[in-house]
Amino acid sequence: MSDTPNVVTGDFEAPTTEPPSQPETADSAAAEARREIHDMWVAGTEEPAWMRSYTNEGAQEMLEAESDPALEIHRGTTVTDDFIVEEPADDDELQILNMGPQHPSTHGVLRLHLELDGETIRRVKPIIGYLHTGMEKTAETLTYMQGSTNVTRMDYLSPFHMELAFSLAVESLLGAEIPERGQAIRVLLTELNRVSSHLVWAATQGTDLGAVSMMIYGFRDREYILQFFEKVTGLRMNHNFIRPGGVAADLPDGWEEDVDEIIEKVSRGVSEYEELFNGNPIFRDRTIGVGVITPEECKALGVSGPIARASGIKWDLRKAFPYSGIDKYEFEVPTGKHGDVWDRYLVRIEEVKQSLGIVRQVLETMPAGDYRTLDRKVTPPPRKRIDESMEALIHHFKLFTSGFKVPAGETYQAVESPRGELGMYIVSDGRERPWRMHARTPSFNHVQALPTMMTDSLVADIVATIASCDPVLGDVDR
Amino acid sequence: MSGWELFFEAGIKAVAVFALVLVTVIVLVWFERKIVADMQNRLGPMRAGPYGVLQTVADGVKLLVKEPVVPRKVEYGLYMVAPIAALVPAILIFMVIPIGQPFFIGDREINLAGTDLNIGLLYILAMSSIAVYAVVLAGWSSGSKYPLLGSVRASAQMISYEAAMGLALVPVVMFTGTTSLTAIVDAQAGDFLGFLGIWNIILIPSFVIFFISGVAETNRAPFDLVEAENEIVGGYHTEYSGFRFALFFLAEYANIFNISAITVTLFLGGWHGPDFGAPQWIAWALPIFWFMLKSFALVFLFVWIRASLPRMRYDQLMSFGWKRLIPISLLWIVLSTVAIAVRRLGLPWT
Repeated sequence: MSDTPNVVTGDFEAPTTEPPSQPETADSAAAEARREIHDMWVAGTEEPAWMRSYTNEGAQEMLEAESDPALEIHRGTTVTDDFIVEEPADDDELQILNMGPQHPSTHGVLRLHLELDGETIRRVKPIIGYLHTGMEKTAETLTYMQGSTNVTRMDYLSPFHMELAFSLAVESLLGAEIPERGQAIRVLLTELNRVSSHLVWAATQGTDLGAVSMMIYGFRDREYILQFFEKVTGLRMNHNFIRPGGVAADLPDGWEEDVDEIIEKVSRGVSEYEELFNGNPIFRDRTIGVGVITPEECKALGVSGPIARASGIKWDLRKAFPYSGIDKYEFEVPTGKHGDVWDRYLVRIEEVKQSLGIVRQVLETMPAGDYRTLDRKVTPPPRKRIDESMEALIHHFKLFTSGFKVPAGETYQAVESPRGELGMYIVSDGRERPWRMHARTPSFNHVQALPTMMTDSLVADIVATIASCDPVLGDVDR
Repeated sequence: MSGWELFFEAGIKAVAVFALVLVTVIVLVWFERKIVADMQNRLGPMRAGPYGVLQTVADGVKLLVKEPVVPRKVEYGLYMVAPIAALVPAILIFMVIPIGQPFFIGDREINLAGTDLNIGLLYILAMSSIAVYAVVLAGWSSGSKYPLLGSVRASAQMISYEAAMGLALVPVVMFTGTTSLTAIVDAQAGDFLGFLGIWNIILIPSFVIFFISGVAETNRAPFDLVEAENEIVGGYHTEYSGFRFALFFLAEYANIFNISAITVTLFLGGWHGPDFGAPQWIAWALPIFWFMLKSFALVFLFVWIRASLPRMRYDQLMSFGWKRLIPISLLWIVLSTVAIAVRRLGLPWT
């Protein structure tokens, strides 16, 4: 997935018919296959027969027992402590524990189905879907102008990255050119967003390991960034600020001082975390060698972002497929060696520093000019022009009633979100709404990799591992 | 001295100790919340009373009038007994700790301790062992998985750290030659250079081991895996609500104060402290003041540790107890024995 270049394929046969209707019966295998795709069912209407058999929780069984080769791969994940007996236990000594969806440290509504042998985890099955709100389907009913309002709610810790991925995808279909200032603002906001997201990770990683003060420190420093976001966009989250065609508004006066202050305060905060954790023997014991994932497993499971980098894969979409002019700025891609929680901690802390470095460079080299494309078919006219020009009024009316049309085609655009590769796949049939939108969200793959990381570790390692994967359940379930 | 006098004295002392423990816990909870809040750049409780001092009272009242929910799967009798079994030993431990200088009413000497037990140290160890039962029973009788995990952790943790704790006490007994807490405090009287107490400073290794074991014994961070809310939700008290939960809470904080008070008594000179030549009417209160000051200094240490350290893992906790603390205690016992022998008999070559 990650080595798919983000290209626009021009020759796409736009579907002209409506999507296939829902199957009525569960008779044929074809109906079965179709229902997998179109499992949307409108509340209030009569429940189809297949629906009833499909909503039976269906999650009480564990996975297949692992074969020996699979265990060989997992050998690296076993906790090497003589206290843990690694012999398999009898079935009647195992117990099933449902961790979540209401659990303090499953980061929202992740549910883990654990098979425990005492405190040792034998098998893990992550169960998702508790936050599924059908956002991808919703996107098919929203115009491209409204779309960024929708996607920003998926990964609520890095809304700017969701908006950016969506906007880049739409722009690649439109072939729109974004002015330099608009691109620089996008980079500024997304990199600050990366920092704020990593600060939430630091807070939860600390508190999940029992260092309760870390929670407050992380959120304290994130607050400076959120206040800046509020000043720029009017909202603390779900900004809907980065839109197809540019950004919604120019930066407010005095943003330079604000960003300067953020860089200083967050850098101070980060050095505080390092002081708190780096030499702490308990923290090192709790993280080193815990939740290990190898580079091969990362590639097999589609794991990207800091987790893949911590296992030694030097892969960052900002370097591999630069977007929004991020290749103009200098930064390093930190990597780890062992792929454990400790390396992920180091990688993320270093990423915060690198992102602050990018923010500093944007601050110093912010170009003048427009912050959005001047194509009036995409960008609404300024308010004043509406009073003066009939054409502007028509453009304004058309944009806000039906939106703009996007040429038929399909596109996949990916950005490096704080969690990993965040891709937006959009199929357009030439109208003002996407025919299909799919978000390739990193948390989904990371949750799928949890069993690999957790098998044969202890209950206490679960929370350390989940926290180090930094999943956002809105991102997983969409 | 008639039997009735003894009876009344014991009764008054029992009530006084009970009241003292409860009041201390109320202050302690507020103290902890304020200190932790300060370390975390927060204000902490501010609404109930000036600087939130009445917050604990408000919480207590809330828990009292709250509906106690009893899950269906509990072992009813044990489930009910466990909170009581947690609180009673906590209060009983405090009965043997001398908190001030003995004073006279007429010609009667009143010892400012619940009772001067000649096996005080053994009594304390026995009582803290009973407290383990409360946790184990609560976890087991809840009929739920998280409490069960918590109680299994508790039994392993508290029993192994009790071993380290008992071993840390041996040098104290060897140096002072008694197990009565009053006598141990008396043995630490006198001062050094006029103002520094001599205390049992020489027993610093014992002090450190005892305090670490004490933190583990009271299930406090970084050894709070028994109730680790991030891992096993609430541990043994997950299924408790209302006042039954409050009893566990009370017991935990009473135990924190107990451990601090015992540490002060054994190693930091108990109620001894400079009296600055104070007049008689205030001199009787000074020892109590010193005792409380030292105890709260240790409580501050508890809170400080909690605010800064992550939690240990189960296996790391056990190996820390058995592979570090207990061998060091044993080594220290041997060293103290040699030291005592040298002090008594002189060096062999002299």
